[in-house]
Amino acid sequence: MHYHPMTDQNRDDMLKKIGVSAFGDLLKGIPSKLRDVKMNIPEALSEWELQSRFKEIGARNATLRDHLAFLGGGSYEHFIPAAVAEITGRQEFYTAYTPYQAEASQGTLQAIFEFQSMIAELTGLDVANASHYDGATSLAEAALLALRQTDRHKILVARSVHPHYRQVLKTYLAATPFSVEEFGFDPGGVFNPDDFKKRLSDDVAGAIFQTPNFLGAVEELEGVSDQLHQMGALLILAINPIALGVLKTPGEWGADIAVGEGQPLGIPPQCGGPYVGLFATTRALMRRIPGRLAGITQDADGKRAYCLTLQAREQHIRRERAASNICTNQALCALTACAYMTLMGKEGMREVAELNLDRAYYLREKIAELEGFHVALDVPIFNEFMVQSERPWDQLEPHLAKAKIFPGIPLSAYYPELKNTLLVCATETKTRSELDRFVEVLSQC
Amino acid sequence: MLISKDDRLSFEKSKPGRRGARLPKQRLLESNALDLVPPSLKRKQPLLFPELTEPEVVRHFVNLSKKNFSIDTHFYPLGSCSMKYNPKINEWVAKLEQFAWTHPMQKDETLQGTLEILYELEQCLKEVTGMDRFTLQPAAGAHGELTGMMMVHAYHASRGEQKRRKVLVPDSSHGTNPATAALVGYEVVEIKSNPRGRVDLEDLKRHCHDETACLMLTNPNTLGLFEEQILEITKLIHGCGALLYYDGANMNALLGICRPGDMGFDIVHLNLHKTFSTPHGGGGPGAGPVGVKAKLIPFLPSMHIEKKGNHYEVVRDGQKSIGRVSAFLGNVGILIRAYVYIRTLGLSGLKQVSEDAIMNANYLKEKLKRIFPVAVDEPCMHEFVLTLQKLKTKGIHSGDVGKRLLDYGFHAPTVHFPLVVDEALMIEPTETESHETLDQFADAFRKIAQEIEEDPDLILKAPHTLPIRRPDEVRAARNPILTYRDLAGKDSPETASVR
Repeated sequence: MHYHPMTDQNRDDMLKKIGVSAFGDLLKGIPSKLRDVKMNIPEALSEWELQSRFKEIGARNATLRDHLAFLGGGSYEHFIPAAVAEITGRQEFYTAYTPYQAEASQGTLQAIFEFQSMIAELTGLDVANASHYDGATSLAEAALLALRQTDRHKILVARSVHPHYRQVLKTYLAATPFSVEEFGFDPGGVFNPDDFKKRLSDDVAGAIFQTPNFLGAVEELEGVSDQLHQMGALLILAINPIALGVLKTPGEWGADIAVGEGQPLGIPPQCGGPYVGLFATTRALMRRIPGRLAGITQDADGKRAYCLTLQAREQHIRRERAASNICTNQALCALTACAYMTLMGKEGMREVAELNLDRAYYLREKIAELEGFHVALDVPIFNEFMVQSERPWDQLEPHLAKAKIFPGIPLSAYYPELKNTLLVCATETKTRSELDRFVEVLSQC
Repeated sequence: MLISKDDRLSFEKSKPGRRGARLPKQRLLESNALDLVPPSLKRKQPLLFPELTEPEVVRHFVNLSKKNFSIDTHFYPLGSCSMKYNPKINEWVAKLEQFAWTHPMQKDETLQGTLEILYELEQCLKEVTGMDRFTLQPAAGAHGELTGMMMVHAYHASRGEQKRRKVLVPDSSHGTNPATAALVGYEVVEIKSNPRGRVDLEDLKRHCHDETACLMLTNPNTLGLFEEQILEITKLIHGCGALLYYDGANMNALLGICRPGDMGFDIVHLNLHKTFSTPHGGGGPGAGPVGVKAKLIPFLPSMHIEKKGNHYEVVRDGQKSIGRVSAFLGNVGILIRAYVYIRTLGLSGLKQVSEDAIMNANYLKEKLKRIFPVAVDEPCMHEFVLTLQKLKTKGIHSGDVGKRLLDYGFHAPTVHFPLVVDEALMIEPTETESHETLDQFADAFRKIAQEIEEDPDLILKAPHTLPIRRPDEVRAARNPILTYRDLAGKDSPETASVR
């Protein structure tokens, strides 16, 4: 085996040094009835065979490269500078362990610190952690934080929050005494303030909104944090980090916690993961934050040093009293996001957000002109919006498939009332001719 | 010098007006898109981001990378972490455009390649563990544990046994076990180890009753010892109506040797980033698939891949499912890497993994026990634990020896863990290290033992050759500087007003 250096000769020598005559002598403690293992696993392939085989398997996928795709819904196609993969591919980052030994991990620790700084900056909040598994689990952990902080039992969540995130939230809370209550949205997709107000009571720990939300609408949240804070509850906002280049920050909305999916920050969609959960909060809640935090301190010579900090929150110290059970997170994805944000820089982050607006608004206007399709033009959006078709999408699908177009995500599976409605996404990756082609094919459906 | 002394943040290297990426100039709308956003929805706080050119950014990160130990540069004998070589073919496959540029919301028929890999991976994991079905959704070991414990809860609830509120964990367990049980609302009960480092059966018996929900067990345990009475343990736990949970952190010892499913475990999580060679990435991403026995299948998370003829399909949950545990299918990119590893090694290669890992551990143990005593001196599985208790009189702790090892070019073993061993050093060499490397590592230990006698300060103040000396962790926690704004004192108006 080309990963295993041990030869038969080595084995014999080592057994002698260990002082046993056969390998089996080392396993005497294992009950013999457990030793009869039969595994049905195919025999090894050479690397050349593997390469051809996996190319062949890969060819059974349709991709965002060979199709014109308008899919969003929590995973986005964005331009990724080539330098990102080169930086992330540095094996000293790639094959390192969690930076428990700070002296041997200054590279990872400083990168995490820079990542935290940029996420705090984007969200307009004080502190961000080193990352979470994904946007959905970040959101669930934020709810748990709010429940613990307020010692209350109920979480309010907008129905316009990503349905998968709401499902994960429910999974996380199912075994606990805590409950989740949802409030609705208006026809255009923005949350319904009356429904929200009606459900707000003094047993609510926090309320979760997403902006731009799953239906593509950018929420107007003026006064929401005041309403919640007066009630003693927290505001949790799920965000899209790319949108925060131009959109109002969770900090500016008065949010206590911001969570989100970091995938848009330079991470390929790769069928759903690995991604990176973003988690930011205020100084007041800093000591309840789940997951790793890197900080700056001094070393024994008084030099600047980076280390993991506030570890008293964590499982390896606190065991059953920890703030969360999270251990390993998504460090390499956080590094990817960090490299992406550093390359984009101050101007790039603003420009890419502006380009998303430009493409999405353009496409929405064009589709609005088509017969048989309806969009709400008065709803503010970022890079996604709803398109309602007069005919069932199933009927249009063959035409679109023939043109190698993934038109969007059908919403009726999540929202039965949104019949024949598609969530359509256009990011900066789309050119005028591509958008026009999509509109053209739609018009011929 | 090889390693840059520059410890400035990217923010501190920034110069106004520089940029590291260029975007299309073309705008499609006649008006500026920003004007379409109502002013009340726009960001006001300027974005304090670094401004650097691409070469500056690349140099920044490449120099940072050189301040890391990693598998590709160093021996990394971290106990219970299985820091083995991360094969490059895994990366080559996972990064193919056909896999990396697929969207999780594509229809099943457009993802047949990925679904086939996930399906086949599940079949392999079932074979390796002896379990009946797996979910691939959990993103990490601790996430797998959480998924597993939520299933324990759902299982007992479905039988009307809500009074089962206690989860048993051995005192040698990983910290994630009690933390996970607590997260699901369980009361954690610690079970004592016997003098041979295994679960104390008498203590376990006392805690097996009608309020017991589950025992979470690592086997081999964190001392690297096989729980020889595992069949008795299984009998006790099942006898009182509780479930048995297998923490797969140490599965690298058992491939082809024996299977948790055959031992009687009901739920198993695997750490694909340990046993199945996917990179640790400086702390993730990993993957923590969870396997169960038939009686728990209805409670698995909500998506499962089935093969119908030659077609693969994602099947949604049944009514008893605990639901979704992550946004999409899981860490697919990591799952692909693990499957490539299995196909690269094949059946005999996988068996060789554990045999060589066990050989290496026993070989190294024999060498090191002449320098420091082993916590339990018996044949070990893939790892073992030394105790440095005798150094305490000199004021030297196991963590100090770990730091000194860094100077010799070896990553420190896991230090001060497991908690049941005083001054523990937990060492796992893995199968991908040669005996030459192990010999060099043992030599470094011998030299350190000598240094302890001659110049203890050398150990207490180690490391001496790395980019930094020991960081002041107390200072870091007392006065947390967690962002560039904290460092530069650049309070935003909003945060300033809150304080």
